[in-house]
Amino acid sequence: MGSYIFKRLISAVPVLLGITIIVFLIMSLIPGDPATAILGSYATPENVEKLNRDLGLDKPLVQRYFIWLGNMLTGDFGRSFSLNRPVLDEILERFNATLILAGTSFVICSLLGILAGVVSAARQYGFADKAITFVVLIGISVPSFFLGMMMILLFAVNLGWLPVSGMYAIYGGGDLPDLARHLIMPATALAAVATGVIARLSRSAMLEVLRQDYIRTARAKGVPERRVIMGHALRAAMVSIIPVLGIQAGFVLSGAVYIEIVFQWPGVGRMLVDAILTRDLLLVQGGVVFVAACYVLFNIAVDVAQSLLDPRIKT
Amino acid sequence: MSTFLKLLFRNRLAAMGAVILAVIVLAVLAVPLLPLQDPDVTATADRFKRPFTDGHLLGTDHLGRDLLSRLLHGTRLSLAIGVAAALIAATIGSAIGIIAGYFGGRTDNIIMRTVDMLMAFPYILLALAIVAALGPGLMNALIAVAAVNIPFFARNIRGITVGLAGREFIDAARLAGMGHARIILTELLPNVLPVIVIAMSTTVGWMILETAGLSFLGLGSQPPQADLGSMLGEARSAMISHPHTSIVPGLMIFLIVMSINLLGDGVRDALDPRLRSGALSRPLPTTLVERSGDIPEPTDDLLAIQDLHTQFHVGARNYRAVGGVSLAVRPGECLGVIGESGSGKSVTALSVMGLVASPPGVITGGAVRYQGEDLIGAPYETLRKKRGDHVAYIFQDPLSTLHPLYSVGDQLAEAILSHHKIGKAEARRRAIELLRDVRIPNAESRVDNYPHEMSGGMRQRVGIAMALANEPDVIIADEPTTALDVTVQAQILALLDDLRRDRGLAIVFITHDFGVVAQLCDRVAVMYAGRIVEEGPTTAVLDAPAHPYTKRLIACVPELGGGRRELAAIPGLPPVVSDLPAGCAFAPRCDKAQESCRAGEIDLKGSAPRAVRCLYPEEAV
Ligand code: SF4
Repeated sequence: MGSYIFKRLISAVPVLLGITIIVFLIMSLIPGDPATAILGSYATPENVEKLNRDLGLDKPLVQRYFIWLGNMLTGDFGRSFSLNRPVLDEILERFNATLILAGTSFVICSLLGILAGVVSAARQYGFADKAITFVVLIGISVPSFFLGMMMILLFAVNLGWLPVSGMYAIYGGGDLPDLARHLIMPATALAAVATGVIARLSRSAMLEVLRQDYIRTARAKGVPERRVIMGHALRAAMVSIIPVLGIQAGFVLSGAVYIEIVFQWPGVGRMLVDAILTRDLLLVQGGVVFVAACYVLFNIAVDVAQSLLDPRIKT
Repeated sequence: MSTFLKLLFRNRLAAMGAVILAVIVLAVLAVPLLPLQDPDVTATADRFKRPFTDGHLLGTDHLGRDLLSRLLHGTRLSLAIGVAAALIAATIGSAIGIIAGYFGGRTDNIIMRTVDMLMAFPYILLALAIVAALGPGLMNALIAVAAVNIPFFARNIRGITVGLAGREFIDAARLAGMGHARIILTELLPNVLPVIVIAMSTTVGWMILETAGLSFLGLGSQPPQADLGSMLGEARSAMISHPHTSIVPGLMIFLIVMSINLLGDGVRDALDPRLRSGALSRPLPTTLVERSGDIPEPTDDLLAIQDLHTQFHVGARNYRAVGGVSLAVRPGECLGVIGESGSGKSVTALSVMGLVASPPGVITGGAVRYQGEDLIGAPYETLRKKRGDHVAYIFQDPLSTLHPLYSVGDQLAEAILSHHKIGKAEARRRAIELLRDVRIPNAESRVDNYPHEMSGGMRQRVGIAMALANEPDVIIADEPTTALDVTVQAQILALLDDLRRDRGLAIVFITHDFGVVAQLCDRVAVMYAGRIVEEGPTTAVLDAPAHPYTKRLIACVPELGGGRRELAAIPGLPPVVSDLPAGCAFAPRCDKAQESCRAGEIDLKGSAPRAVRCLYPEEAV
């Protein structure tokens, strides 16, 4: 097992390098002089020149890449000029909030999606199946940012059950129940689309598995139906569900950008959008690389989970 | 194509999606012709007019602009941008995919590695990075969304191209001296185009949503120009006081995406060959029962199948897989049921414990009695308690019939635990014992193996061990040795024979091989087209087959017990059970067939235990 994880980690190195190269190349697409772009057109020539030196922009592209990469590896992501603090400090703080939001959402969409898919498949064409299919269709069609706004209107403004936005109450908040109250709406809104996608996939994966001969074997030996569905069938279906969970985690992470804006959640997505609008490119660059790298590592964890489930995978 | 459209529109939801989408598209196409107000003219005095006020059907926004006009213009813009992004992504992505797939080798390798890396990003990060570099703006958002979707097309189209590039017509074109560009454009492209179009139709909804999303974040269209996303984004600050300004554009995005989704699902379903044939089996725990006619009286046999009728209801058609079969076994007896594939022998066997895949399977008549108790239509729990405990099955091909993700020990233990309240350790001990009983060497270590770690013969022994787990009275073995080689087959048969003698098991042995029947069975029933055509003691049937079909079957066996054989020597194919000819089903293949054979129903006649369903039998019985 340990050696499998190690192998997967090694194989992630080129992907991680590729990510930095891609981000670096995109950032070097900036039309005109990057320093001017960052500082805006009112920048003094001295400032522009200083930034050029700081960023190493006077050096050739390849050399610049390796300097940047080397700096990142030593934990130096540069300094955000708009916030006037190290980029990495800001990212770590923001990423924490995003992780709470996206993580909760991911748990919700995985559990709910798989459960809905299993029920749907076991009751194919029955009432539950039709109801779930309908809800799922709505879920995957409503844009998460619109759903979030409508939830605020209903649950926060009209019913007054939950806070409108933010992560903690400004006064007297900060504890876990407070966080939970603030988390419910954004996490649910963020989970909606992914729940729908996972439910659909789980349903078809379950139906595929329920047609298999080994399900008939389980029934033939008198295994109770509940165990046939939740044990034999679901376990086999998980082999095709787990990779989709990995992909959906990427969509949840992406959707978090919108949700963080709608609910004013102090996460990394909102930071990125603000950074783009203020042209704080170092912050954008660092944030994108950091989150993408985390996602790659998460997918390794998904692969490991898959190998634990399926003995046919050589570890 | 016309079947495709028919299937698409038979799907009511897909048709609904098509209609909604058509209405929206027509409306935005007609925008220049409609008497709309200028979407960008502000009138601060008329701010936040509610919907249905005079002159403003949907009200006005925070600058007093007419919402209906802005909505239609915004929808127009959003659709145009989304479709443009889809076209760009499809064109560039497909080009990359075709190049990678066509040239293969290094080119392919480098391109696909890059694609993999691009796909390692959560899509929005890439889009944000691009917008950050190029600056906010509608065009840049379009570029970002298109770019983010290129890898998807590249990967899909490459897969298709790789498959096509190895085909003869491409080789032929190459030999004919055509250049690469010409081969790609004239030979490859026409073949991948349909796939590109389908991939586009499934992603265009996404791209509309993504561009709207970027605009919502303020990174796409800039004021005063508005697409649906930026309308929603601008309305957000007034959401609480004037929700209609948010709801109007939000609902429109929802409607567009939903209709595209509905249509896309319909397209996918219509293209799915399995749905097309209507042959999807569904997952009920027991076979459906819709029994009509009289229920036969109980007998004193251990297991009795009485006038069983099982059908497959697929769409409007009924396939009569089993058309009135009666069989019975007593303790210690082995009954062979023989026939070609499609003769209904397996369906008969599966009907006993309600294991026919259902739907489409439906038991429509007769009875199955275990110790006199009728099991057809019995409650699920009654049936479950009998399954494996009293009547157990051994199936063909144990690689597909054993669960790939559980160790064989767990599967054996589970068989016991489903019927007996014993501890886990005790169940494991029993599992090892069972493996020993079926003569698996090193049972203690084998018990932790997964099915894929065992040989075919070993797996089949596990299958037998599982059937024996609860010491059943009856074992139904459905071609248990077909997948095995001759030596292993002989061992398995010997094992079954021992078990039957030692434990007084009754065995129903389903096979297409007379050699196997001769080795193991006391009596044999020959099935053809869902019915029994001849039955009797094995030696009697073998020595003097009465039905022309049986005679041919036996003639096909070059040497008894010689392993697997197809019944190829009989000219013609078994009939499709959906439209059986009147009279004898074997008539089209029988060289003794007369007019009278096709005239009407022929009874199974004879003096017990022999019987035959033939007007001109080879032997009198
Ligand atoms: S009934 Fe007639 S057609 Fe049928 S098997 Fe007998 S002889 Fe042949």
